[in-house]
Amino acid sequence: MTELVTLREVEGAPMPSASGPCAMRTIGLDAYFGSVHAVRSVSLDMPSNEVTAIIGPSGCGKSTLLRTLNRMHETVPTARVSGQVLFHGQDIYADEVNPITLRRHVGMVFQRPTPFPTMSIRDNVAAGLRVQAGDKPRRAEVDAIVERALREAALWDEVKDRLNASATGISGGQQQRLCIARALATAPHVLLLDEPTASLDPASTQKVEELVYELRRTMTVVIVTHNMQQAARVSDRTVFMLAGELVETAPTRVMFTTPSDPRTEAYITGRFG
Amino acid sequence: MNATRKLPSIQGSVVADRIYRATILFFALCVPLLLLLIFVEIGRAGWPALRQFGGAFLTSSRWDPVQGEFGAAPAILGTLLTSIIALLIATPLALGGAIFLSEFCPAWLRQPLSFLIDLLAAVPSVVFGLWGVFVLVPLLRGTVMPFLRDTLHLGVTPFFTGPAYGPSVLAASLILAIMVLPYIAAVSREVLMAVPRSQREAALALGATRWETITGAVVPYARTGIFGGIILGLGRALGETMAVTMVIGNRHELSASLFAPGYTMASLIANEFSEATSDLHLSALMAVGFVLFVITLLVNAVARLLVRRVGEVRA
Amino acid sequence: MSAGAIDASGAVGQPRRPTRSRPVALARRRGVSILMVTLTCLAAAVAVVPLVVILVYLLKQGASALSLSFFTSMPKPVGEAGGGMANAIIGTLILIGIASAVGLPVGIGAGLYLAERRGTRLANLVRFLADVLNGLPSIVMGIFAWQFLVRPVGHFSALAGGAAIGAMMIPLVTRTTEEMVRTVPQSLREAALALGYPRWRTSLQIVLRTALGGIVTGVLVAVARVAGETAPLLFTALGNQFWSTKISQPIAALPLQIFTYAISPYEEQHAQAWAGALVLITLVLVISIVARVVTRARLGGGHD
Repeated sequence: MTELVTLREVEGAPMPSASGPCAMRTIGLDAYFGSVHAVRSVSLDMPSNEVTAIIGPSGCGKSTLLRTLNRMHETVPTARVSGQVLFHGQDIYADEVNPITLRRHVGMVFQRPTPFPTMSIRDNVAAGLRVQAGDKPRRAEVDAIVERALREAALWDEVKDRLNASATGISGGQQQRLCIARALATAPHVLLLDEPTASLDPASTQKVEELVYELRRTMTVVIVTHNMQQAARVSDRTVFMLAGELVETAPTRVMFTTPSDPRTEAYITGRFG
Repeated sequence: MNATRKLPSIQGSVVADRIYRATILFFALCVPLLLLLIFVEIGRAGWPALRQFGGAFLTSSRWDPVQGEFGAAPAILGTLLTSIIALLIATPLALGGAIFLSEFCPAWLRQPLSFLIDLLAAVPSVVFGLWGVFVLVPLLRGTVMPFLRDTLHLGVTPFFTGPAYGPSVLAASLILAIMVLPYIAAVSREVLMAVPRSQREAALALGATRWETITGAVVPYARTGIFGGIILGLGRALGETMAVTMVIGNRHELSASLFAPGYTMASLIANEFSEATSDLHLSALMAVGFVLFVITLLVNAVARLLVRRVGEVRA
Repeated sequence: MSAGAIDASGAVGQPRRPTRSRPVALARRRGVSILMVTLTCLAAAVAVVPLVVILVYLLKQGASALSLSFFTSMPKPVGEAGGGMANAIIGTLILIGIASAVGLPVGIGAGLYLAERRGTRLANLVRFLADVLNGLPSIVMGIFAWQFLVRPVGHFSALAGGAAIGAMMIPLVTRTTEEMVRTVPQSLREAALALGYPRWRTSLQIVLRTALGGIVTGVLVAVARVAGETAPLLFTALGNQFWSTKISQPIAALPLQIFTYAISPYEEQHAQAWAGALVLITLVLVISIVARVVTRARLGGGHD
């Protein structure tokens, strides 16, 4: 982690560009719910194969920002977006883009586990594969992908003997890792995590954090968390948001040792939020 | 490592979702379209009779298919009369039962008892009719009517006079009362159970008796919803067909006596529709259906608005 | 509640009683209360009586005419005892099938629309009109179906009868589907969308499938209701004394047969009517009870 950090610039926000290629980048992004201006002119780079953590007090717009990255924001009535979000340089809000196709490449895991109750554990993991474009994978391929995804999510050993059991019969922590496995099965380029450990016990939280740390080898991760220790543990870069605005973005180690903005310092040292 | 992966295409069409949305929109629009279609089709079919007789169609008592004279007043009044008597009988029972279920009933008995009353609504109309023809009507003829007329001397009033045929406005009203009772009871129970505990506790804490709590605090709070339930029952009673047709005696006259046979709009249509040979007779029956449709539409709309308002307050 | 407390009836808007006569008044108020509570209990009991009485009569009158041959034989000519309603039973099943083919797609589709476009003006209007349609007199549906489906064709048919009672299923199925789809958490819908499910697959494969148990229950209730409908069939399906399964021809139906036999002057037919009614009500009540038990198991019983 330290090695990675030393390769990065250490200037404060807003950073026009990180040194490596960016899987995701927002330019002057605004997001609204009706008349509520939830995200204000955010320009942010999320470099490839890095973990970017977004922190900030409740209601600062960090989840909304995350949900603009896979166009989930617009599924809520009255929600609007303006500005640009570039996925590998392609504007995801361009007319010819299909949000459904986009979401197959930009996975998401939510705050609470959301296993599909009518499906078995195996079918849950394979759910995303069923809507992939192109030929349907054969049964053996699906089984291989399910096993790989469950292993990556550190759940394989716990469920390998009951893959056909209902997904609602396992513990909350297991369900959340199942949801991560489901998101990983389609091998997305970017994985968005919206407070993925908020409803988990410490042991499950640790497993998820270890997983996130490993994932950067194969994909780009953006994680929203209200837990600063978690951001410090798992991320390469940290973004601090306040009242819809991006206050500061910096390599995580820099952010937590020498924040450049007094508001960031106030938040990190626990003076508000 | 990402560099080795093919950059994904995120373009694509959203046609399938558009088709899906258009499909469910179409199905949703079927509901208003169906109502509109019923209104137009029946209105069109009834128009010749309505045009020929004008207001007299609603006010005249002369219904003579042979002479081609059609006035639906007896059927319209018969419909209103039987429905109102049915409500007068059913409402106290339904409301009392609902109050018992929501306020005083032991918890273990509440579900089964509610279910039994709800089940009454599931009994098909024709089964009520069958029971009415072979059980209720003979009972009225042999026992109840003579008792009311002679033993209680109600025969001195114009309402309980004349020969006890059996099939009568009274029989239809009683059957209707049984049939609408579960609707009124179910809605009343729902709205009474939705009254916040605090309403009851406030009244009890002030020293009200259990009954005063009901009449003073609970019922006033649920008043609109209960009224909606009664109107809903009225809608059911106005349009009820089979059971009424089987016990009302089917006569084009409205007598003051409840012992006399009569007609309702629904039973008039059910009875004469397949025998209507002339176009005008058919049109007159369609016009009766149109009047019935418009009345029940209005009654149901009012009932739903009242019940909905309660639902919104609750939510 | 002590006698010294503030007079409750005053607090809730009734005339305040004179203070001096309070002990007597209190005793009287308590007496009234006990009497009225007893009366409501009595009302509840009386409300159950009709169902019990009707069921007892159906069992008493219907069971004696009921035998295996009732389900397998055709109606006997007038004046002969025995026979059955095989044609009417099959006819009712065919009519229910046609009704479901008409009512289920429209009802489920409209219910999905109401749940997904909740709060829009059109959704509110459609919901309201569905409730109004639910109160439509069945005889009006009958003459409408005649005017719209029988008159232009020139002959009665099972198709017209099935369509008429299918239309009566629509509001019930619509409202149940909406209610049940609403119980599916929004998070599940989001999870599917985030996984790259198109909206239509999210709705049909995730949301509708999750709500399916409840919707099946609602469909059963709707089927139970229309299975006993008679008035919409009088001038559409018409009834048929003979064996017919053609949907373009008049068809027999259990409720129609009960009606015809009940108003006939023959004792033998009266017995058949009772037997038919017993079969019909058994069908309807079993469906209602199954639906109820399933719903309670699903929702864990109880009220909101």
